[in-house]
Amino acid sequence: MSAPRSALAVRPPQPIIPAGWWARHQRSLAPWLFLAPAMLAFLLYVIAPIFQSIAISFTEWDGLKEARFIGLANYVELSHDPDFRTALVNNVVWLVGYLFAIPLGLALALFLNQSVFGIRLVKSMFFFPFVISQVVIGLVFSWFYDPTNGLLFHVLHFLGIPPVAVLSDERLVTYGIVVAGLYPQIAYCMILYLTGLNNVRPDLIEAARLEGAKGWSLLWHVILPQLRPATFIAVVVTVVGSLRSFDMISIMTQGGPYGSSRVLAYYMYEQALSEYGYRMGYGTAIATVLFLIMLVYISFVLVRIWRQEKEL
Amino acid sequence: MPIPQPLSRFALAALMGAVFTAAHAGDLVLNTDASDPAPKAAFDALVKGFEAENPGIKVKLNTFDHEGFKTSIRNFLSAESPDLVTWYAGNRMAPFVNAGLFDDVTDVWTKEGLADKLKSADSSMTINGKKWGMPYSYYQWGIYYRKDIFAKLGIAEPKTWKELVDACAKLKAAKITPIAIGTKQSWPTAGWFDYLDLRINGYEFHMELTAGKVAYTDKRVAAVFDKWDELVKPGYFLANHPSYMWQEALPSFVKGESAMYLMGNFLVAPMKEAGLKEEQVGFMVFPTITPGVPRSEDAPTEIVAIPAKAKNKADARKFLVYLSKASTQAKVNEILQQLPVNKDAPLPTDPYLKAGFAMLSTAHALAQFYDRDASPEMAKAGMDGFQRYMLKPEEREEILKRLEQVRGRIYK
Repeated sequence: MSAPRSALAVRPPQPIIPAGWWARHQRSLAPWLFLAPAMLAFLLYVIAPIFQSIAISFTEWDGLKEARFIGLANYVELSHDPDFRTALVNNVVWLVGYLFAIPLGLALALFLNQSVFGIRLVKSMFFFPFVISQVVIGLVFSWFYDPTNGLLFHVLHFLGIPPVAVLSDERLVTYGIVVAGLYPQIAYCMILYLTGLNNVRPDLIEAARLEGAKGWSLLWHVILPQLRPATFIAVVVTVVGSLRSFDMISIMTQGGPYGSSRVLAYYMYEQALSEYGYRMGYGTAIATVLFLIMLVYISFVLVRIWRQEKEL
Repeated sequence: MPIPQPLSRFALAALMGAVFTAAHAGDLVLNTDASDPAPKAAFDALVKGFEAENPGIKVKLNTFDHEGFKTSIRNFLSAESPDLVTWYAGNRMAPFVNAGLFDDVTDVWTKEGLADKLKSADSSMTINGKKWGMPYSYYQWGIYYRKDIFAKLGIAEPKTWKELVDACAKLKAAKITPIAIGTKQSWPTAGWFDYLDLRINGYEFHMELTAGKVAYTDKRVAAVFDKWDELVKPGYFLANHPSYMWQEALPSFVKGESAMYLMGNFLVAPMKEAGLKEEQVGFMVFPTITPGVPRSEDAPTEIVAIPAKAKNKADARKFLVYLSKASTQAKVNEILQQLPVNKDAPLPTDPYLKAGFAMLSTAHALAQFYDRDASPEMAKAGMDGFQRYMLKPEEREEILKRLEQVRGRIYK
């Protein structure tokens, strides 16, 4: 105890009037200086490319020759492009379908939130799909859907239902891939809710029980409100996940049959970067549309977070 | 182009492992897409042979993942160029030639008298009257069929369209799928389109069509689909083909559940690996449809070119000369199980290659394959359209109208 005291004793007295410009502004400048490297990187690698690619979307460019300015022609073409419309509709299907991961994840979490022997092992088994790479899940599901020897084929056959080739049917293919995408996403939402459930206050539940609440009303009025932060995160990651859906499509169908399972991200890749692509202008026009859609959503999230922080 | 590659894009992207090293004077940097075992072995042998003949020149080989190469070549041609690159003949090299990224090597061709020795590739290597690289290998397309099944059902090898359709009907009646195909990657559909067009309208028309000079709503294109209808409408193709890659359609052929497969010669290696014997599988030339149309074939050609920004063009030319020799091409193609382009190279011994060689050396002309002859964008739209047609033949009018729209936009 004696050492710190003596250290205090030898500290020189603080100067009353700051000496130079630096010393006067040190406190207000220091945070900016610490932020500068990150902000610079963000500006260089995130903000600038956004404007750059918007600029490219007004040109016709194959990545080799000079880019040619063509105004809004790419966007005009987009508005007539049936493939673009298919991709946009599929994006909506993905968005809506993917949101099912949230109630399903919650159901699983409620089911697994018990203290019986070995429940930790069971929980980790249920979380496993999220640990596996998306590529592997895509492959496994393509085998599952295989119309000659897949599990689905055998199950349907056993039930006496004529087989369906999910990945060859333009009406079913997107739903088929969404189901494959849900498999890991449900596990992710489940783990979010499980951690949320750990923080539910037992005294509130106790009180609710005393008031006679049980079953659905207990879940709806007492537990769910306390899980709001978990729900918020689950919605955010699920929506972002659905807009980013790319790997599953690439692995399971490559956008086919004849482009009917493409989403905007995949269509953009195909137009700009794939073996038959190199329409950089058109690809970036698609990217810009996707960006605008995301922007609406991102601003919603930002406003939400900002409000929350203000409350605290 | 349709080159065999299972699930590669993701699995192999991680293995790309190509490390650039700066070349010293007297060194050559060769970037290849030879990521599969046979091509890799072929290029290793090629480099070894060249270095033995040219002491003092060292070749640095950068091997890229086959799919990744198609994208990265655009970067390294316009930025840090190697001295040599592998690529494909025909229209597929046109974007690079037109952007001035390939070096004109007509001088090598003239000096070595290659127009005669490499005659079969002469036209596909020529753009604007100049030569842009060195073809070293090609392979045939054709129908591989189950001889044993044909014999059992008393079907003779079809020589004409009618015989082919009859054979399909007989096979179908015997509960065997007549034709195997996997269209998850849509290019195998283009094999059928190419051959039907080459047999009905001939090479010259096919080239005009793929060059974007003829409308897809032309009645000659409709004639192609009329014939295609005769196979699609009765269900002679493997059901649910968009669920399979071309490799995944192979098991039905191996198990004898389907009897014919229109494919490039790269089908042979996996076929043999799966246990089929040479006496079980025959190779036939695609049957005649319109009598009098000279027989032309699909034979995609592989080349090595010199980037315009290469540092060591003198030694790169020596490499091309070495690559053009009959002895080099014989050795490389023995490893690749493909055909040498140089006509002085000794004949292959493999029965399928022998049949392919006989077929190609008597052909009227050689096409490169739809996705190398047509511009990449047109090819993509076209092959999607063919796939859709094969699933829904009743939507043909709409599909062709859409293709015509795309053509109108690309070839303004």
